[in-house]
Amino acid sequence: MTRWIAIWGIFKKDLRAYYLKPPNISWGLIFPMAWTGMFFIRSGLGLESVIELLPGVIAISVLFGTTSMLAVTVTFEKRHRSFERLLLAPLSLEQLMLAKTSGAILFGTVNAVVPIVLASFLADLSGVAWATVVPAIILIAVVSTFLGLFIAVSVREVFEAQTFSNFLRFPMIFLCGLFFPLSSLPVFLLPLSYALPLTYGVDILRGAITGEHMLPLAANFIVLAAFCAGLFMLSLRNVRRRWLL
Amino acid sequence: MHSQRNAGTGEAAVCVRDLAKRFQDVIAVDGVDFDIGRGELFGLLGPNGAGKTTTINLLTGLAKPDRGRINIAGVDAVSNPKAAQHLIGVVPDESNLYPELSGRDNLRFCGALYGMRKRHRDARARELLSRFGLEEAAERSFSTYSKGMKRKLTIAAGIVHNPSILFLDEPTTGIDVASARQIRQLIADLYHSGTTILLTTHYIEEAERLCQRIAFIVHGKIVKLDTLEALLQPVKGQHIVQVLLSDNALPPTEELRRVFHDVTLESTGPGALRLSASSPLQIGPLVNLLERHSLQILEMRTVRLSLEDVFVDVTGIERTAMNAGQVEGGQST
Repeated sequence: MTRWIAIWGIFKKDLRAYYLKPPNISWGLIFPMAWTGMFFIRSGLGLESVIELLPGVIAISVLFGTTSMLAVTVTFEKRHRSFERLLLAPLSLEQLMLAKTSGAILFGTVNAVVPIVLASFLADLSGVAWATVVPAIILIAVVSTFLGLFIAVSVREVFEAQTFSNFLRFPMIFLCGLFFPLSSLPVFLLPLSYALPLTYGVDILRGAITGEHMLPLAANFIVLAAFCAGLFMLSLRNVRRRWLL
Repeated sequence: MHSQRNAGTGEAAVCVRDLAKRFQDVIAVDGVDFDIGRGELFGLLGPNGAGKTTTINLLTGLAKPDRGRINIAGVDAVSNPKAAQHLIGVVPDESNLYPELSGRDNLRFCGALYGMRKRHRDARARELLSRFGLEEAAERSFSTYSKGMKRKLTIAAGIVHNPSILFLDEPTTGIDVASARQIRQLIADLYHSGTTILLTTHYIEEAERLCQRIAFIVHGKIVKLDTLEALLQPVKGQHIVQVLLSDNALPPTEELRRVFHDVTLESTGPGALRLSASSPLQIGPLVNLLERHSLQILEMRTVRLSLEDVFVDVTGIERTAMNAGQVEGGQST
């Protein structure tokens, strides 16, 4: 019970201190809307393109919603030594990191709702397989959050966290099939695409929303889950090696 | 305060054996051994870079020792640091609470980290804010606090869960005199309430005023460890008079020796003379002698030898080096 109080306390504190701050909420809304608008105008297909764009917009909303804040806040707390308070709490490192990332996972998941609500006014979403979309969104939120965590525990300074996040996030927009199908990418870039977790998340969303996907959905889920586990373990390893000297 | 309680109850709350830690080429802690009795206020005194903070980090599980054993209230803190963390409170050398949270919310949050239920942590936050004189600033964000207030709230956060053992790392460094006095009183109160305390400091007077036993740590090694009384024993009963004369002049040594038989004479600078003896020095004959030689006295004072003199004697480190920070060759550890 005491551990749950601590985990809930960290979750609530992060929501209040970081995720529910107006600039973060507005970033979570404006950024995906801007991308949607850009690709909507570029496609020139009118409202028909909404369904086509939706998987990519959901994925990008989750990716930016989770990584933007987490990578910076963890680095900031480490820099200002307030993270030491968490390391001194009688929680295992696994519990602590899950508590620390839970706010970002929730924020990323809620971010995904924004484009879905907007799309529901512009297109017919009756054919969407929601039973697949919901777990896919949660899994994309988890993998993106753990990517943010990995960035945070791999750098020392806040500006390094921002640079490293953008270094990973912006190529993902073009390499993960968010707005362009992977088949349109040069062959030499495909291995890179398949090395990125978002590729599998977008493929699930595309399958659930438009009915078209490259890999079996179960395989996509398994690969995403493996990325989650891998990134989390790597992050813990980095904390143990770099922070608990 | 030293006479009011004994140095612990005999059973060790903290037991450290052969503790060592190296950071690349720098040996931060080099085979340290000490015990802290239950209810004792133990001081670790040394200059910046001596290894005090690294020792605290090793004891609290924030760093891993290269070798050695740490036992905290019966728990092996090297193999099971999380079990030990239940029992301890830590006040780091920097006020590291959350700047965006209010004073009250910081205390509530720290209580939650130790699994305290809402009603309990709300009551405890209220109690600590009142005890530390921070009620009026309770709803202000931590970032708006003065250095002294930040320090007090950081100490309050360290004891929010009522730990039986408290690690205080340089609690009064960098704050104003009034806040430092208040914090020393709070530490004394905690000690009187039965909390076992490990205090690190580079302020000799602070260690002398608060601690029952003190370890001198230099370059990662404990060079002396004893009760305050035992440490002061060599200088106890020493009587010293310092005289400063005009024109850099000094009286004839032979005549001084004739008048003061068992006195040790030392010229400590131009026109400066230091007389030390094991019995009280007669000021009258000294003044008469100096006047006979037409020497003008600019200043004359008796000196009480303190822990500082013992520390300087044992470690060879001057007070200026302690306060300035770095000892030659020392690292920030």
